[in-house]
Amino acid sequence: MTSVPVTQSSAAAAAAEADGPFLRVEDLKVTFPTEDGPVTAVQGLSYSVEKGKTLGIVGESGSGKSVSSMAVMGLHDAKSAQISGSIRVGGTEVVGLSESRMRGLRGNAMAMIFQDALAALHPFYKIGAQLEEAYLVHHSSASKRDARRKAIEMLDRVGIPQPDRRVDDFPHQFSGGMRQRAMIAMGLINDPSLLIADEPTTALDVTVQAQILDLLQDLQREFNSAVIIITHDLGVIAEMADDVLVMYAGRCVEFGTTKQILTTPEMPYTWGLLSSVPDVSSSTDARLIPIPGNPPSLLRPPPGCSFHPRCVHTGKVAGDLCSTQLPELLPASTGTAHLKRCHLADPVGVYQSEVLPEIAPELLEETR
Amino acid sequence: MFAYVVKRLISGVLVVALVSMAIFLLFWYGPSSPAQPICDRETSNRCTPARLEVYERTLGYDNPVYVEYGKFVSGVFGGRTITIASSEYECAAPCLGVSYRTKQPVKEELVSRMPATFSVAVGGAFLYLLFGVPIGVAAARRRGTVTDKALVSSFLFISSIPYYLFALLTWLYLTITFEVPLFSDTGYFPIADNGPFKWFSGLFLAWVALGIFGCTQYTRFTRGAMVEALSEDYIRTAKAKGLPTRTIVYKHGLRAALVPVVTIFGIDFGTLLAGTIFTERIFEIQGIGWWALEAVQGRDLPVVQATALFSAVVLIISNLLVDVVYSVLDPRVRLS
Repeated sequence: MTSVPVTQSSAAAAAAEADGPFLRVEDLKVTFPTEDGPVTAVQGLSYSVEKGKTLGIVGESGSGKSVSSMAVMGLHDAKSAQISGSIRVGGTEVVGLSESRMRGLRGNAMAMIFQDALAALHPFYKIGAQLEEAYLVHHSSASKRDARRKAIEMLDRVGIPQPDRRVDDFPHQFSGGMRQRAMIAMGLINDPSLLIADEPTTALDVTVQAQILDLLQDLQREFNSAVIIITHDLGVIAEMADDVLVMYAGRCVEFGTTKQILTTPEMPYTWGLLSSVPDVSSSTDARLIPIPGNPPSLLRPPPGCSFHPRCVHTGKVAGDLCSTQLPELLPASTGTAHLKRCHLADPVGVYQSEVLPEIAPELLEETR
Repeated sequence: MFAYVVKRLISGVLVVALVSMAIFLLFWYGPSSPAQPICDRETSNRCTPARLEVYERTLGYDNPVYVEYGKFVSGVFGGRTITIASSEYECAAPCLGVSYRTKQPVKEELVSRMPATFSVAVGGAFLYLLFGVPIGVAAARRRGTVTDKALVSSFLFISSIPYYLFALLTWLYLTITFEVPLFSDTGYFPIADNGPFKWFSGLFLAWVALGIFGCTQYTRFTRGAMVEALSEDYIRTAKAKGLPTRTIVYKHGLRAALVPVVTIFGIDFGTLLAGTIFTERIFEIQGIGWWALEAVQGRDLPVVQATALFSAVVLIISNLLVDVVYSVLDPRVRLS
């Protein structure tokens, strides 16, 4: 295990933490006060990630994916974000942790990769200088030369050709894929136990996307880190994730293993996400089925289930339960590890009889 | 980059040539004869048409304009002898003419006035940056707070006062009303003749007026650029690396915010070097700006031409320097 500056009362506690999930988020709530009133971007969110495992967080823009991950990294401005709940990173509670202790964790025990590497790298500093800076800030005894050697080594590791020369390039001299590789190298330079990748492939073209995802998987195996991958692309989830967390309007609406989520989803929003994935093998006339409507306003969220204004299945629920009462996050029919937030009495039946025939009739045959 | 600089210098020379032609033409085709003011002055306002004709002939105003412009250009490169009425004046190369009022070669007077203008410009610009940039950074970091709003609105108030009024009030209050002894005698006193203290106290008020007025603008520029820089993705990256706040704000934020500030500063400093008419006039500093003002009032063509050419040259050079510095500051900019 990577050494993490953790203050713990006893060795036993440390041992217990080492066995448990590296990251444990419990009842996280993030609120931003605005002129129009408080905006609750994330609430009631709980999840955990073990070392060596990958959690995929899926959802539309504004569903709270990035906001919750930035809370883990402590990247929200304390003046503009109110965070409550619990986030334990390697046993350290980071909610309410002092800025200086937080700084020791950021980029060291946990690192984050951002989606647009061109914007996320500083345009005026050389790639090498930016990597060295990330190394030196957590290795105060290392020399500039050590840092440079480490930077070249990391660039080599992420597959940058001629790393000893490219280390002196500026970000704009790199291609899009190479910039994202450099970003990954910077994230992993201090051997973090938790890596959060926020839409790492969104700004890249498809062939490069696949390379970057492969690279992330290789590195995860090598470094045995816990990985959170934030995306709206279910293809990325299918390739990368062990577990999937589906977010809608700041809440977890469904959680399960990747297989459970992709084959037996039990929440209409997840069905909608699956329906809107294009299928390269289908005929060119095939239409994508979009989710009707728009994401709800977080300032004035709808009462009851926040998805109900866009949900076509509300008629199957007795009375006006959907629009008055927020469904609990309860175990689904496939097992206790699979959680869903929906009032539907028989979601599996609805999925098989109504949703699956529309999106993938051939799958229906297989499951029977 | 060398080729770029050479190309820019060549185009700069062309611009200077065009400026000199434009000024020449403006005077030549102006509403009254350029010889009229000299004639008036030298005959104590009894300039008869016959006298005027003598001045016009000796100054060459009866020749076609291109002949006289040719003489001016050859004077710049080879020197010439200038005749005004019955007197002859030697003017060595680079000859910019002889002042119609003082009969002194213009170039020598221009050179002798440079130190005063440079002193004003360097001191004023130093104060611009010394106060403007740090206050701008502080305001940007406290964006939206009472401190930020108080700074922005009070600076907006200062910069909405016309500069000449601001400078005049500064001078009136500090020298006349309150008679602050340090400031009472404003003007340019060369260090060599009077020592550094006299030089400093003579220019101090001018610097303060320029500095306070200019720093309000630099605070606004810096604040704006800094607010933009601090909201960039790379600032979030810097924070995610675990860097201390000071490094994030200065090494990552200010480094990016300085680029637009330096660009504006280069142009402003060029303008200051070309002569600050209000500052020099109000604080009685015998610099290029005041000289230009007097020349326009006395319709002293050679002096007006020389000061206009000088400001064109200074602005062209400062623009070129800004572009070169820009390419050094921002590695994405390539000069070609």
